[in-house]
Amino acid sequence: MAEQQSPPSRLTYDYVTRTIARTLGSPSRGYFVLLGAAVALLTIGITTLVLLIRYGLGLAGYSHPVYWAVYITCFVFWVGIAHSGTLISAILFLFRSGWRTAVYRTAEAMTVFAVMTAGLFPLIHIGRQWYFYWLIPYPNERGLWPNFKSPLIWDEFAIGTYFTVSTVFLIMGLIPDIAAVRDLATGWRKKLYQLCSVGWRGTNEEWRHFTRGYLYLAALATPLVLSVHSVVSWDFAMAIVPGWHATLFAPYFVAGAIYSGCGMVITLLTPIRKLFGLEELITVKHFENLAKLCLLTGSIVSFSYVTENFVAWFSGNPHERAAFWYRAFGPYWWASWTMNICNGLLPWLLWSKKVRTNITALFVISIFVNIGMWFERYVIIVVSLAGEPYTTWTNAVYNPTWADWGIMAGSFGWFFMWFLLFVKNFPAVSISEVKEVLAPPRSKISRVHA
Amino acid sequence: MMPLPKPLQEIFQPPPTPGILGVFQYLDATLDAIKELRAGGHTDFTVYSPIPRHEIEDALGQPVSPVRMFTLSGGIAGCAIGAWLTLWMSYDWPIVLGGKPVGSVPPYVVIMFEMTILFGALSTILGILFNAAFAARRLGTIQYDPRFTNDRFGIFVPADARKSAAVEKLLRDAGAEEVRRG
Repeated sequence: MAEQQSPPSRLTYDYVTRTIARTLGSPSRGYFVLLGAAVALLTIGITTLVLLIRYGLGLAGYSHPVYWAVYITCFVFWVGIAHSGTLISAILFLFRSGWRTAVYRTAEAMTVFAVMTAGLFPLIHIGRQWYFYWLIPYPNERGLWPNFKSPLIWDEFAIGTYFTVSTVFLIMGLIPDIAAVRDLATGWRKKLYQLCSVGWRGTNEEWRHFTRGYLYLAALATPLVLSVHSVVSWDFAMAIVPGWHATLFAPYFVAGAIYSGCGMVITLLTPIRKLFGLEELITVKHFENLAKLCLLTGSIVSFSYVTENFVAWFSGNPHERAAFWYRAFGPYWWASWTMNICNGLLPWLLWSKKVRTNITALFVISIFVNIGMWFERYVIIVVSLAGEPYTTWTNAVYNPTWADWGIMAGSFGWFFMWFLLFVKNFPAVSISEVKEVLAPPRSKISRVHA
Repeated sequence: MMPLPKPLQEIFQPPPTPGILGVFQYLDATLDAIKELRAGGHTDFTVYSPIPRHEIEDALGQPVSPVRMFTLSGGIAGCAIGAWLTLWMSYDWPIVLGGKPVGSVPPYVVIMFEMTILFGALSTILGILFNAAFAARRLGTIQYDPRFTNDRFGIFVPADARKSAAVEKLLRDAGAEEVRRG
C-alpha cells in the first residue's frame, strides 16, 4: 500500500477506530426519517406485488410487442449499480490504489444490496413467482433440464455467483473491522460483534491467511464483475432484435454499469459523510477520484453511443437503420434524448477540476447520471422492442402503468432500507484498510536501537 | 468470550497457554522484538497487529499461506462441475436447439467460468477459516488485549516459569510499553 508522505497529525490509528466506531452509536432523528421513507417506499412495492400476484401481470403496462419493459429495465439498472462496488473493492485493490480504502466498504455494501434488489426483478417479471425454482437445474420426474444454450440461464448463473461472491467478499473484509468495534462496544452490540467477528484477534497467523485469501478473492471478483454485465448484455445481444443484436454490447454495458455505479457511490457517500462526520476520512480527493472514474466510463459510454449509431448506418441494414431512427425521432424521442444528454454530455462537465472538487455539484450530477442510465436501459429494452419492424403491430406505443412505477419505487425502498440498516450496524468505512494507508507509529529511539 | 457447548469449547477455546504478553506502541519496536526473539531461538510466538504489515511478515519470515491451494482446487473443481453439469444434462435429454450439436461447448464456457469463480471463492473462504482456526487451536488460549485491534501491537511468547524472566527482559529492552505474565 502506498503510504502518505505526511499524514495530518490527527489521523492516528486510534482516531480512525474511534471516528468509524462512532458512526454505530444511537441513530439520530434524521436517520429514522430516511429509514421510514425507505420502508414506506418498500410498502408501496409490496402492495403492488400482492396486487400483481392477485390480478396478474396485466396490471403492468405490457403491450405487444413490448413484453420486456420496466421490470427488466430496473433489473439491468440495479445490476449495473452493483458493478462499481466490485470495481472499487476488487479491481482497485489489485491496482494498489490507496484512495479506495476510505470508500470501498460503502461501495461494496451497495453492490450486495443492489444485486439483492436486481435479483427480485426477474422473479417479479416471470409473473408466477412460486415457480421460480423451475430456473434451477434440479432432477425431476420428466428428466427435463434447463437449456444451457440460452443466455437467460447464463444470466442466472452469473447473477447467482455474483451475489454469493460479493457477499462473502464483503463479509470477509468486515471481520477485522467488526473485531475492532467489538473491542470498543458494550451491551447487545458487543454480543452481536463477538458473534460476527468469529474470534478475530489480529494474530500474525490470521493476517497471513486473511491477506492471501483476500487477494485471491479480489482476483476472482475482478473477472467475475466484467463477466456479469457482459452476460446481462448477452440477454439482449444474443437475440436478433435490431438495437440489441450487437457485438459491442458487452464492453458497452460494463462501462455503463461502472459509470452508473460510481454515480450511485457519490449519491450515497455525500449524505453519509455529512451525517456521520467523516469529512477527515472521506475527503474531496476521494470524490474527485470517483468523478474521474465517472468521466472515464462516461466517455466510453458516449463513444459506444456514437459507435452504435454509426454501425447502424454503416451496416446498410434497413432494420438497424430504422431502429435507430425510431429511437431518436420516434415517439420515445424524450427517453433517448434524456439518455444522450445525461450520459453523453453531462460527463463533460467533469473535465473541470472546479466541478470535480465541488461536492454539491457532484451530488447533483450523480443523480442525473443515474436518471440517464435508467433511461439508457429503457431505451435499449423498451424502445427497441416497440420499434421492432418485423411485427404486424409495428411501432406499438408502450406506457408504463402504476404497477410498473410501484414496483420500481419498492425497489428503491428495499435497497435503501438494507443500506441504511447496514451503515448503522456495521463499520461503513474500513477501519483496518484506512489505517493501512497511514504511516505506522514509529519511535526514533528504537530505530537507533536497532 | 462467550461460553460454548463442550465439544465446541474444546476446539475453539482450548486451555490457556502460560507465557508473556508484550504491548507495543510502535511498529519498529515490535519489529526489533521479533528479531531479538528469533535470534534467541523462539519460533512459536504470536504477533498481534491492528493491520497487516509487510514488515511484520518479513521479520517473521513466514511461509506463503496454504490458502492458495484451496483457491486452486476449488476453481478447478468448479470448472469441472460446470462442464459436467452442462454436458451431462444436455446428453441426458438430448434436444437439438438452433441446429447446433447437443453438447456444444462454447455456450457452456460461460457456465464453466461462473462455476470456477463461485467454487474458487467459496473454497478460499473455507481455506481462510480452516487455516486460521487450526492456527488458533495450535496456539491454545493465549493472552489478548482489546487495544490490539485499535492502535497497539502485541507479542505473546509462550514461556514457562524458568524462561519467563529472560523473555520479559527481552520485550522490555525492545521497547514494550507494558509486559504481562499469565
